[in-house]
Amino acid sequence: MTLSAPPLLRLEQVSKRFGPTLALNKVDFDLHAGEVHALMGENGAGKSTLMKILAGNQPRDAGRILMDDREIEIRSPRDAGAYGIAIIHQELNTVPDMTIAENLALGHEPVTRFGTLDRRALDRQAREKLARIGADIDPQRRLGSLSIGMQQMVEIARAVSENARVLVLDEPTAALSRAEAQQLYRLIGQMRASGVGLIYISHRMEEVWQLADRVTVFRDGGHIGTARMQDITPPDVVRMMVGRPMGDLYDHPPRTAGDIVLEVEGLAGNGVGPVSFHVRAGEVVAMSGLIGSGRTEIGRLIFGSDPRDAGIVRIDGKTSTPSDCVDAIADGIGMVPENRKEQGLFLGHSVEDNVAISSLDRYVTAGVLHRGAIHAAVAEEMARLRLRANAIDLPVKSLSGGNQQKAVLARWLLRDSRLLILDEPTRGVDIGAKREIYEMIDALARAGKAILMISSDLPEAIGVSDRLLVMRGGRIVRELASAAASEEDVMFHATGTAGDRTARGHGGTQ
Amino acid sequence: MTKDTENLRPAAEPVQREPFDFARWWDRVGILVVLAVLVVFMAVFAPNFARVDNLLNIARSISVNAILAAGMTFVILTGGIDLSVGSIIAVSGVVAVISAIAGLPAPAAVMLGMVVGAACGLANGALSAYMGLAPFIVTLGTMTFLRGLAYTITAGQPIVSSALNFRDIGNGYFSGIPVPVIVMIIVYLVAWFLLERTRYGRHVYAVGGNPEAAKLAGVRVKRIITSVYLFAGACAGLAGVIFAARVVSAQPTAGTGYELDAIAAVVLGGTALAGGRGRIVGTLIGSVILGVLSTGLILMNVPFFTQLLIKGVVIILAVAIDSLKQRRFSFRLPLLSRSTSSRT
Repeated sequence: MTLSAPPLLRLEQVSKRFGPTLALNKVDFDLHAGEVHALMGENGAGKSTLMKILAGNQPRDAGRILMDDREIEIRSPRDAGAYGIAIIHQELNTVPDMTIAENLALGHEPVTRFGTLDRRALDRQAREKLARIGADIDPQRRLGSLSIGMQQMVEIARAVSENARVLVLDEPTAALSRAEAQQLYRLIGQMRASGVGLIYISHRMEEVWQLADRVTVFRDGGHIGTARMQDITPPDVVRMMVGRPMGDLYDHPPRTAGDIVLEVEGLAGNGVGPVSFHVRAGEVVAMSGLIGSGRTEIGRLIFGSDPRDAGIVRIDGKTSTPSDCVDAIADGIGMVPENRKEQGLFLGHSVEDNVAISSLDRYVTAGVLHRGAIHAAVAEEMARLRLRANAIDLPVKSLSGGNQQKAVLARWLLRDSRLLILDEPTRGVDIGAKREIYEMIDALARAGKAILMISSDLPEAIGVSDRLLVMRGGRIVRELASAAASEEDVMFHATGTAGDRTARGHGGTQ
Repeated sequence: MTKDTENLRPAAEPVQREPFDFARWWDRVGILVVLAVLVVFMAVFAPNFARVDNLLNIARSISVNAILAAGMTFVILTGGIDLSVGSIIAVSGVVAVISAIAGLPAPAAVMLGMVVGAACGLANGALSAYMGLAPFIVTLGTMTFLRGLAYTITAGQPIVSSALNFRDIGNGYFSGIPVPVIVMIIVYLVAWFLLERTRYGRHVYAVGGNPEAAKLAGVRVKRIITSVYLFAGACAGLAGVIFAARVVSAQPTAGTGYELDAIAAVVLGGTALAGGRGRIVGTLIGSVILGVLSTGLILMNVPFFTQLLIKGVVIILAVAIDSLKQRRFSFRLPLLSRSTSSRT
């Protein structure tokens, strides 16, 4: 990569306004061929807007876009494609019920002389495209049969045409397992080596330092700074993103655990278990492990959303045998599911409705709802979580990711559940909201709640919890005190292999 | 973003909103504006439209469809659809008339008609919720089956009974107001109360908004889904009895195509076919609009074929305005336009 050559892509003083909001305020950005340029910033910082302008989905209001020092106009996604700009969105834009080959050709299917679909050409082109990104997959398979990671590979193969010069990736590893992420990193390396410029949007510091050559930080629509990775540290970037020093993200005063709230004995079902463990009042216990190690399944078994094969679950000493979530909630269990938008929220409904839904039985006399009382109670919980009070009547979809997550938490605060199961509570929320969610978890524990947290984010699992349960193959293979645990320890037990420390062999299973 | 001074104000009253929010405004009063324009138009151009007896006539003529649409609103709010209500009208009417002829007292015959409708609805709901079948297909099947049942019971012939003991529910007056109109008002009061003032109603909206989230939030989703079809069936049963009373006979062809009018009224009233959004008051107004439109056009001597053309245009227009509203809404929030899921 030679920085002296003219940049492949340059944005000069680009602005974009949505109504009263200045989404981008005269930002500069450049990208060289063969470079990975990380773009960071909290939600609402302007990353998505920049991406939409490059994709041709939104026109810019002001400024210039130059490619090879020549000014270009991107008026439509078609234009973007013609300039060799490809975008990989966070959410997959594929059709799971069609074959990989059909997905790859979507929109420009090859046809024969007679105007019918040319299946042979379809297959050949698919193989070429997959070969270009080094993916060895049979194009005749149904796309939906692939893992999320592989589906993303197919999406990249589709986006990367022969003339691909700029590839924008928006949080591509958010839904990927570690192994899948590694595969993606290798692909990114190959593309960089072949001279493609990559814009990499991510919240994850480690991967940015692992992949990127330079990083640019946006905040509130403005360009805050650009630096080479070797000249900057993660705390610097965090400070640039939030506009203030963050301190230690996970810092919390020591907590004292009380009586046992959740007691699990020999719980099995859903292809996982048996597992036995407990969580005390005032304690945060994190379940760690690779994706597919059975963490979410355990949560669902406790919450009654999947049937159990065996085992006993007690809440405050009372046996809890929920046949569905309704029973589990009545037993004092609350669940913040993994996928906020699909499982947690009623996006079009008001914040009040979203928060109150699980506690309505408490506000009924003779079948009639006490709407005033509900309103007041929801407002109170919102204040506790520092959710803007005037948001109460707004549709929850108009809130930021962090505030949406607070709305789900508020639901269980209002219900006053004894045990909270938090499945990936900070997925897709920005760093400022993360901090607030950690503070909330701490406050909940201090208020005497028992908290079982499932997290793929290792620093978070270690930093937020008091104890760690490491899972592998559907069982708990190790319990660690969080204060003494390191990421290597957890990975060591979670993978069951030595990882970096080859000497230990297959230890860890006790 | 928000200025500090604003936070000092009482939190309950948000001070600074969008200057003019078309989406919210239309949500509240848009459909009323359409109705008002229509009524004024008819009052001016349709002879005799604004007379009290004509208005009462309109009210009576819409009662059957409005009662159907009340039940349909519940179903559509959960994201479902019920195509069988038209056929339920026939079956419940036939059962009520036959049992009345056999000597059942009027209140019992009416109740029986409703129970038959509710039973059909229960079947629809159970098949959709517990067997996991698509409501469209289930109710398409029961629509055909129940129509067949009505023909089978009557051997394809209308059963006329000039001395029908419950004829007053279709033709009678109470304090000068047609009885079916009073029944309709009671149905809407019950529906409004259920949706707006009970936990059950909140759960109906939740199931339509996001069934998976509803389940995890402690809503018995299958039970709710079953219940809305049951309610729609009971409404259809009641509508069937009223229809039979109006025509003083059991008609195996009664209610043919009525399910579509009911769906039109619901959609006109602003309820989203995707579920989770809409109001029962809107449905009532939607029914009134359809009634005013057809009566007014008849009074203006517009040929029947042309009436159909106009009705079709009005339905599409109303839905188009609703869609425009959604687009404005998403633009305002800048959401991604392509996928249904919104961005954070």
